[in-house]
Amino acid sequence: MTPAAVLSAASGVALVLLSLALLLTVLRIIRGPTLPDRVLGLDMLVAIAIGLIAVIAVRTGFYLYIDIAIALGLVGFLATVAFARFILARGLSPERRTPGTTEIPQAKPRPSQAGRRKRKGAR
Amino acid sequence: MALQIIAYVVALIMVVGACFSLLAAVGLVRFPDLYTRMHAASKAGTVGSGLLLFAAGLHSLDAAVFVRALAGFVFFVLTAPISAHLLAKAAHQAGYRMSKRSVIDQLPHKEEARRH
Repeated sequence: MTPAAVLSAASGVALVLLSLALLLTVLRIIRGPTLPDRVLGLDMLVAIAIGLIAVIAVRTGFYLYIDIAIALGLVGFLATVAFARFILARGLSPERRTPGTTEIPQAKPRPSQAGRRKRKGAR
Repeated sequence: MALQIIAYVVALIMVVGACFSLLAAVGLVRFPDLYTRMHAASKAGTVGSGLLLFAAGLHSLDAAVFVRALAGFVFFVLTAPISAHLLAKAAHQAGYRMSKRSVIDQLPHKEEARRH
């Protein structure tokens, strides 16, 4: 096999693997039970996109793509930092926190019935 | 001959980097909670895309392009832990709990810290 053929085959394999990784990450973003999971998925998506851009740069020979990858990395970092600040400012999402109490439910997806009854009693 | 060796090395690094990215994505889907998923995403994911950038720089056989690819790699290695740490700290402070299978959580939550 010539080196060019090996490179072509390797970049094809890498593109297939990266596409699979992209699909799995999108699955996590759709399923992600909480907002930080989705933010993490977006961060991972940016990382995979950078890898994809690098493989396409090897495949086509346009090395200008590497600059685009660097710019994308910068944007992804800033987006993740902004989302982290937003999560910090927002706290738990409204449906996870039992209204009227300061207690945070211990790994319960929905507010418990007892909490709701307590709130009605308080009124 | 040297060119052939470089081509083979680039092909190998590219496949290995793509494998790292795929494993990071599998970890992102399979791990039980946010904090364990963060391990997969910020370690394996960074190595995967960093290796791919390195392969692209090596393939160009051009010093300017190689340095730019290396700069991108270094930038990514520097920023990925910062963003992961910030996200984990924000999620922990906001009150997102670990999975029930985790053993220890040494960082006190906001309410517990206030009580002490």
